[in-house]
Amino acid sequence: MDMNYRGIINLVVMCGCVGKPGGGWAHYVGQEKLRPQTGWMPLAFALDWGRPPRHMNATSYWYAHTSQWKYERLSVREILSPLADPGQWNGSLIDFNVRAERMGWLPSSPQLGRNPLHVAREAKAAGQEVPAYVAQQLKQGKLMLACEDPDSPANWPRNLFVWRSNLLGASGKGHEYFLKHLLGADNGVLNNDLSAQSDDKPVEVKWRDAPADGKLDLMVTIDFRMNTTGLFSDIVLPTATWYEKNDMNTTDMHPFIHPLTAAVDPVWEARSDWDIFKSIARKLSDVVDGELGVEHDVVLTPLLHDTPGELGQPLDVKDWKTGACEPAPGKTMPTVTVVERDYPNLYRRFTALGPLMSKLGNGGKGIAWNTEAEVDDLRELNRPVSAQGPTNGMPTIETDIQAAETILMLAPETNGRVAVKAWEALGKITGREHKHLALHREDERIRFRDLVAQPRKIISSPTWSGIESEKFTYNAGWTNVHELIPWRTLTGRQQLYQDHPWMRAFGESLCVYRPPIDTKTVRAIIGKKDNGNPELVLNFITPHQKWGIHSTYTDNLLMLTLSRGGPIIWISEVDAKKAGIQDNDWIEAYNVNGALTARAVVSQRIPEGTTFMYHAQEKMTNVPGSEITGKRGGIHNSVTRATLKPTHMIGGYAQLSYGFNYYGTVGSNRDEFVIMRKMREVDWKDRSLAEKSRYKEAAE
Amino acid sequence: MKIRAQIGKVLNLDKCIGCHTCSVTCKNVWTTREGVEYAWFNNVETKPGIGYPKDWENQKRWNGGWRRKDNGKIEPRLGGKWRVLAKIFANPDMPEIDDYYEPFDFEYAYLHHAPESEAAPTARAISQITGERMSKIEWGPNWEEILGGEFSKRSKDYNFRDVEKEIYGQFEQTFMMYLPRLCEHCLNPSCASSCPSGAIYKREEDGIVLIDQEKCRGWRMCVTGCPYKKIYYNWQSGKSEKCIFCYPRIEVGQPTVCSETCVGRIRYLGVLLYDADRIEAAASVADERELYPAQLNVFLDPHDPEIVAEARRQGVPESWIEGAKNSPVYKMAVDWRVAFPLHPEYRTLPMVWYVPPLSPIKSAAQAGALGEEDEMPDVRALRIPLKYLANLLTAGDEGPVALALERMLAMRAYMRRKHVDGKLDPSIVERVGLTTAQVEDMYRYMAIANYEDRFVIPTSHREFGANPYDERGTCGFSFGLGCSEGNSEFSLFGRDTRRTSGERAKW
Repeated sequence: MDMNYRGIINLVVMCGCVGKPGGGWAHYVGQEKLRPQTGWMPLAFALDWGRPPRHMNATSYWYAHTSQWKYERLSVREILSPLADPGQWNGSLIDFNVRAERMGWLPSSPQLGRNPLHVAREAKAAGQEVPAYVAQQLKQGKLMLACEDPDSPANWPRNLFVWRSNLLGASGKGHEYFLKHLLGADNGVLNNDLSAQSDDKPVEVKWRDAPADGKLDLMVTIDFRMNTTGLFSDIVLPTATWYEKNDMNTTDMHPFIHPLTAAVDPVWEARSDWDIFKSIARKLSDVVDGELGVEHDVVLTPLLHDTPGELGQPLDVKDWKTGACEPAPGKTMPTVTVVERDYPNLYRRFTALGPLMSKLGNGGKGIAWNTEAEVDDLRELNRPVSAQGPTNGMPTIETDIQAAETILMLAPETNGRVAVKAWEALGKITGREHKHLALHREDERIRFRDLVAQPRKIISSPTWSGIESEKFTYNAGWTNVHELIPWRTLTGRQQLYQDHPWMRAFGESLCVYRPPIDTKTVRAIIGKKDNGNPELVLNFITPHQKWGIHSTYTDNLLMLTLSRGGPIIWISEVDAKKAGIQDNDWIEAYNVNGALTARAVVSQRIPEGTTFMYHAQEKMTNVPGSEITGKRGGIHNSVTRATLKPTHMIGGYAQLSYGFNYYGTVGSNRDEFVIMRKMREVDWKDRSLAEKSRYKEAAE
Repeated sequence: MKIRAQIGKVLNLDKCIGCHTCSVTCKNVWTTREGVEYAWFNNVETKPGIGYPKDWENQKRWNGGWRRKDNGKIEPRLGGKWRVLAKIFANPDMPEIDDYYEPFDFEYAYLHHAPESEAAPTARAISQITGERMSKIEWGPNWEEILGGEFSKRSKDYNFRDVEKEIYGQFEQTFMMYLPRLCEHCLNPSCASSCPSGAIYKREEDGIVLIDQEKCRGWRMCVTGCPYKKIYYNWQSGKSEKCIFCYPRIEVGQPTVCSETCVGRIRYLGVLLYDADRIEAAASVADERELYPAQLNVFLDPHDPEIVAEARRQGVPESWIEGAKNSPVYKMAVDWRVAFPLHPEYRTLPMVWYVPPLSPIKSAAQAGALGEEDEMPDVRALRIPLKYLANLLTAGDEGPVALALERMLAMRAYMRRKHVDGKLDPSIVERVGLTTAQVEDMYRYMAIANYEDRFVIPTSHREFGANPYDERGTCGFSFGLGCSEGNSEFSLFGRDTRRTSGERAKW
């Protein structure tokens, strides 16, 4: 995946196409460009009340907490460069992740081996500053990092809220591992973990033989349809759909910001997302009464991109745990910050814009500006909180529209005065004048009701490297090339050669061909689950489908009718003949990760040796039981697993440093091998347990 | 000469991406009702394939459309008046539900309240006809989507006639195109001629063909009669229904729902003036390949002052004459000859025409030659066989289709030269019989395809048909029958028309 991207980037860089209208790299992936980002972040991450927030890169999180690391058979050796000394690179993939976490490259969750509220109290009792206390405790081995013992119940995730995500039905690679280890549900894992093996176990992570199953205590889904994740959740909070709420939307695909407005109130028991979160905040504030008050929370953050911390260890990698250097917060280990929490006043804080916007200002991507004027404007627009208490006099954020106004007011993309300030702030860094890019729109203040009348084009902002112009089409890197803004790399230039020690060790200094890795998911199981029908081994990939956006709309009746009424998997005519499979036959595809059931679509357009299962089809419509697992048939992620890559874990190296949604591990694109065969018996497995026991009794 | 006007339509298959938005929007508006769950007034088929309903293009099997008798007259293929009456109670050429598909729904609610079970619950499929669970879904309105299904099945596609088709089943020779289709609102509708009750009629003012739901007795001869199989039997009401060309919208100058919502901007609506007196002769020409040119001859030139004068005399409203002059449909069908009727050999003189799709060049050797300035790809060496397209659009006559494809290629080459090299080269377009003015126009309408250019629809002129003073202040104040008074027992909205409690949402 990296080499694909780097290949194209090399191409456009070397041909001088970057920053030129009509040229360059535009990896649009959908509706994901959150244009008023610096207006949204204070709201989303409560930067008005406490900094920094805790963020976590999902892939490493799930890799650890679904226990997939315990099954890892891809050895680091297999992906090391032949020029690297294997002796210097021992350990499993998760070991590299742990090292990255403790060196402050990747975030952690959970973070410390003890309750961070307690750690703060301990430091106070010891008369030490918290960062120094934490560093000392870690060095002395008196405090562990949670990532070093993920199987310990003290380090399990307990409460999971899934919002705007279909973790179990669409995105989570290693679906069966999720079911088994995270949820403790019936699952189809066919793999054995590494318990039986004496070697090849991780070295940084404590190995516990007993499987850690069902770690979660509570899973809540917030969604407007009963998807797979909702089906497995303890509680489903039905949320409003697009025409039942007030909200905003932006995208890569056009430069407009446009509103969602409530044509009708949410139906039945549904509520808008905003109302749901507000309700939870209110309830939590009540529930903590007597248990928690004003607390001090010890928050670890990695060396963040676009902060001075990103120059933590660019030229050398020293791991304090090995004694190569001292653990220095913000330099050789994560930054340690104490954040004050006021739990009983959580709801009040939720519904007011806190003091830090005035006190510390706003900004993003390394640029900072004073935003007091905007706070004042918001106080006037949204009216100040009138209730007595800690938020009295602060701008109100009670309704969804007030939340939208907060975003619009604070962001340069929707507030011309802020745009000019932001460009001026950047100008102080570059020594050049940039505000001409926004001066012509300085007086614009886009209000929510403006958007309702007509979507508006956003204002050029230094958050983005392209500009909104009547002369040039938007293209990434335009401001770097034409405004001479340095690239945010170690050298300030575009960098094609990667010299970080980990990059060199894994053979990725330059863009080169990398052969596919061997996921070893077929050999261990082939021939062991025979049902008498001929079997095929096929390369399994999951292009995106026409009948849904990921999994959304896939269960819509019209989409199912225009497709084939349920999950399907495509194979070539040649392969189908070999296995005696006809179009629309029920088939099962499996490997050690699990098994899925679907109907085959036989087509001449599929290359021999490949099978396509379009992303994302779920298992809650028309999916029979699996002959192999005896459970409900799986989905496309039942035959996959997350595969971590050490080069994605690099930090403290300028452009290779963690940032929210910027850098970190990804699961690697689904590219697997499966064994496929025609099913012999289709059992829908839809009897209730009561029915089943009655049936059983009758048979006896 | 009897001058009539019709809102004609063109679909540019070169730009259809097969997103099916047209099908979904039409269905949401018009056929989300009990009785027509299986009916898609607009559907999109992947070709090569046998389509929906199965094998609809095979008139040897379905006996739709017209056939020319030895005496030169035409009659419906399903038979003349007496033959129709003879089989009125047992029509042997009637498609059954399985030729379309058995419409299904899912037990979504089960996911909410399933009891503790032996496995995680799944919503099973249930038939919308019988209400019973379906153990397996076997067919749908779009089963062959993106070439799903073995070539041996899909290659029964009637358009493979006279094509050496076997090689097209191979991976390297694969070709594909989408065919979105709807009622053709023909000039010579065989559906109307098949109806024993005379319930089907074609409107004089805009050419829209409708089934009068009051007169329809559900004989369903029209279902057979239509060679495009675009009449659907409503099993709940017992009557037949079809695409109404969104006439409530057309009457106020709005495009049809399918046209407006088309993401690819492939659909065009515009006025065509035609001579109704020439219909019979045109539909009766001996050679099938002459049907397309004959139909062109039925269309009247709106720029001809004599036609304009006669049209005025015959009461064609002025705005319709203007519309005809600016009609994108006339331009594509008549001026540039890039659009063609769908299966003219059915002799119904269809009024929804198609621009054929270009496709990639097949042979690598040819690809190398493309570097030359004057070399144009050979349209006979494109992936989609020329004969296949000709069978679809010109009763097998390759010449006109080849010219259309060459003109589209010439437009691209000319505009590329202009935009990229900054040079104007008229020879590129003159070679295919066009002027530079025409090709710039083609580019405007086919490439840029602005909304105002795609849809040139004058409103209806009710004032000529009924006294508007009678309707003033009363329209809308009625109890069920639109602008007129009275109440009709008949309803298109299911058995129980007075539902008070909330019914489960279907879609």
